[in-house]
Amino acid sequence: MAFTNEQLERYSRHIILKEIGVKGQKKLTASKVLIIGAGGLGAPAALYLAAAGVGTIGIVDADVVDLSNLQRQVIHTTEDIGKKKVDSAAETMRQINPDVTVNTYHQFVTGDNILDLIEGYDFILDGTDNFPAKFLINDACVMAGKPFSHAGIIRFKGQLTTVIPGESPCYRCIFKDPPPNDAVPTCRQAGVIGAMGGVIGSLQAMEAIKYITGAGELLAGYLLTFDALSMQFRKIKLPPRGSGCAVCSDHPTITKLIDYEQAACELKK
Amino acid sequence: MKIIVSGEKKEVADNLTVAALIEQEKVETPQYVTVSVNEEFIESGSFADRFLHEGDEVEFLYFMGGGK
Repeated sequence: MAFTNEQLERYSRHIILKEIGVKGQKKLTASKVLIIGAGGLGAPAALYLAAAGVGTIGIVDADVVDLSNLQRQVIHTTEDIGKKKVDSAAETMRQINPDVTVNTYHQFVTGDNILDLIEGYDFILDGTDNFPAKFLINDACVMAGKPFSHAGIIRFKGQLTTVIPGESPCYRCIFKDPPPNDAVPTCRQAGVIGAMGGVIGSLQAMEAIKYITGAGELLAGYLLTFDALSMQFRKIKLPPRGSGCAVCSDHPTITKLIDYEQAACELKK
Repeated sequence: MKIIVSGEKKEVADNLTVAALIEQEKVETPQYVTVSVNEEFIESGSFADRFLHEGDEVEFLYFMGGGK
């Protein structure tokens, strides 16, 4: 399919990049990315992926927009308070780029639905706010062989990694099990600087775009950490995919998805 | 001896264990930190038995659960 003149102009700053070009832009147009969580991380990621012309963007979130979200969840506006986050996010994405097909899923991810949700997508972006969801996304993506971006933010810190199942270490290679409830602070308890979602969520969108177009090197095998107070980025090399990992080793001991019971900060309301 | 902790050179006592370094560095939520030494994960059960050596590169990896 050839681009229209309008599309050539819309994507001209991409097309001029030698790492992207018309070929890369066509790959973006043909690609499907699923964003789980339309919040601090998912909001900026969704904006950039829609603007970049990712052909199909799925967005999963069971919440409605709350006033306390607007300090960081830049895809929603004051007028959207009370709307389903997926609808508010879809509306903004369509306004930015009518080329994009947006699929909305107004639900929590669970062991029962996640494999169906991720099935039709090329790349998954974890923008959730709780450990049960982060472990579930990791395990499901590893089992289904779906590449994904994992990220977390708290206070003035953020971190992310990209997982290519079967090649690079997964989240469970780093952290074996979720921490007990309330052992590690959540954003609701500890706070988070709004712009951190912008920094880390945009980096997740960057990884999705690089994966789709093949540009550069992914954060697979590395954890990128950012401390805004000292303004330090660190790219920490991870040990190789472990033979001991319960889910991504060649002989996994976890072969069924687990719904950990742990209240998420947003669920406690 | 000199070791590298989170990318920074540090002078530490000889025969320092991973557990002692965690305490010395005042690591947040020490029960839940993941530690790698020279790009190899250390089992949390063996922090007290794992001695560090000159030039070792230690990384602390922390849970970060936020996102929304």
